[in-house]
Amino acid sequence: MLTANPQLTSDKKLRHLLTTEGLPKTIIESILDTADQFVSVGDRDVKKVPLLRGKSVFNLFFENSTRTRTTFEIAAKRLSADVINLNIDASSTKKGESLIDTIDNLTAMDADMFVVRHAQSGAAHLIAQHVNRVRPNVAVINAGDGRHAHPTQGLLDMYTIRHFKKSFHNLSVAIVGDILHSRVARSGIHALTTLGCPDVRVIGPKTLIPTDCARLGVSVYHDMKRGLEGCDVVMMLRLQNERMDGPLLPSGQEFYKSYGLTAEKLSRAKPDAIVMHPGPMNRGVEIESTIADGRQAVILPQVTFGIAVRMAVMSMVSGGGSNGGHAGDAA
Amino acid sequence: MQLDADNMIRTLAEKIGPLAAGTQIVGIHTGGAWVAEQLATLLGANQYGTLAVTLHRDDFGRRGLHPQTKSTEIGFAVDGCHILLVDDVLQSGRTIRAAMNEIFDFGRPASVKLAVLIDRGGRALPVQPDYVAMSMPLDNKQILALTNENNALRFEIRDV
Repeated sequence: MLTANPQLTSDKKLRHLLTTEGLPKTIIESILDTADQFVSVGDRDVKKVPLLRGKSVFNLFFENSTRTRTTFEIAAKRLSADVINLNIDASSTKKGESLIDTIDNLTAMDADMFVVRHAQSGAAHLIAQHVNRVRPNVAVINAGDGRHAHPTQGLLDMYTIRHFKKSFHNLSVAIVGDILHSRVARSGIHALTTLGCPDVRVIGPKTLIPTDCARLGVSVYHDMKRGLEGCDVVMMLRLQNERMDGPLLPSGQEFYKSYGLTAEKLSRAKPDAIVMHPGPMNRGVEIESTIADGRQAVILPQVTFGIAVRMAVMSMVSGGGSNGGHAGDAA
Repeated sequence: MQLDADNMIRTLAEKIGPLAAGTQIVGIHTGGAWVAEQLATLLGANQYGTLAVTLHRDDFGRRGLHPQTKSTEIGFAVDGCHILLVDDVLQSGRTIRAAMNEIFDFGRPASVKLAVLIDRGGRALPVQPDYVAMSMPLDNKQILALTNENNALRFEIRDV
C-alpha cells in the first residue's frame, strides 16, 4: 500500500489531483495563483502556450459530461498537449475489460495524463494508486467520481470567489440544494474550510443533506431565507435527478418553492452577493431565470475561469511540481 | 567592484538615443521590468509593457512553474510595432528566446531589438544584444542579480 494521500509526492507537491479533502492550503493557493497566469492566455492572438508540448492527455469519461470534458480538452490544448477523448460507452469496457487493464493498455500507448470521470466513488484514487506503482510519471486528475469529489470544480469555484471577493477571511458562503448527492458541494466545502472561510452554510431539505454534515465544519439550514441572511456568496447546486434512488422529493415545483433561488430569497443575502452555479442549470427548478441572467450571477465567468484552473492543475501535475521542481534539480 | 545601476541605465538610454516612431519598450519580469520603467522615463515613452516568460521557458519539464510569477501586460497592439526588449542581465539567451515567443503570441512586430544593462557572457543560443551598458564576463559560479528596494536598483554579485 502506498501513502494515505496518493495525490502528493513524498515532498508534498501535487502529483495527482483526486480530491480537495486534505489538500494543503499552500497547494490550493498555488493552484489559484498559477491559474491567474493562465486567465490572460485566452485573450491573446495565440491562445496556446507550449508547456505540455509532446504530452498525451487521455480524457476517460465513463460518465456523461459536456462542460467538464470540453473545458479539460480546451485546457489541455491551450497547453499544447495532444488530447485523446475516449468514448467509453463504445470501448472495451463494454467487452469486459477491467478498469486497470484499460489503464495499462493506455499507458502502453504512452499516456502522460489521465483525466477521469467515473460514476463510482474512488475510481480516480484506484487509478492513481495503480500508476504510482507501475508508471511513476503518469498523472491522474479526477474529473468527478460518483458522489465523492470533483476537485477542479471546487477549485474553480474558489478561484471565482477569490476573484470577486478577494479574500476568504470574512466571508459567509451558502451552498444550496442537493448536498447529499453533490460531489461539487463536498469539494467546495473542503476547499473553503482549508482556505479559512469562517462561515460555510448548507441549505436544503433534510432528505438531501447528509446526516454527518456538521462534521465537515458547516452549519445546516432547512429554511432558505434564514440560511441566506447576510451571505456574500450563494452557490446553487443542480438537482441531481439521475442520482435520486427513491422518493426524496415531492416534485420539482415543490422544491423550487422552498429552495429555488428567487429574487425575493436572494434579497436576504448581501446586496453585493455573487450567485454561482456549476451547471448544467435547471431554470425554474433551482434558480429563477432572471437571477441566472442577472447582475449578481457569475455563472459564465465560472466556466471561463474553469479553463485556467484546469490548465494550472495540469501543468502542476506534469511539470516539475508546484514550486520549484523535483528534488536535486538545481537551476 | 562598484556597479551603479542608475548610471548604467543612463548609459543605456544614451546608447539607444531618441526612440523612433512606433517603438514600444517591453521589459522582462522582474529585473527587466524595473529597467524598462526607468528607460521609459528617460526616453520620454508614455508607456511600457512587461513580459512574463515562464510559460515559454525550456526548462519547465524540470523546474515546473512558479506560482507567484507576474503576468504579461502589454497595453498596445504588437502587430507592426518596433519593440525594444529590455532585460537586466544577458547570459545564456534562453530568457530572450522565451521572451520572443511570448511577444509573438500577441502579434507580429515589425522588429525587435534587445537592450541589456550587463552582458555577462556564457551564451548558449545565437542571441546578441543591440544595446549594452556594460560587458562583464562572469564565471558560472557567480550570481549577478538586480535588486529593488524602494525603487533603488542595485546589482549584487554572489558566489554560489
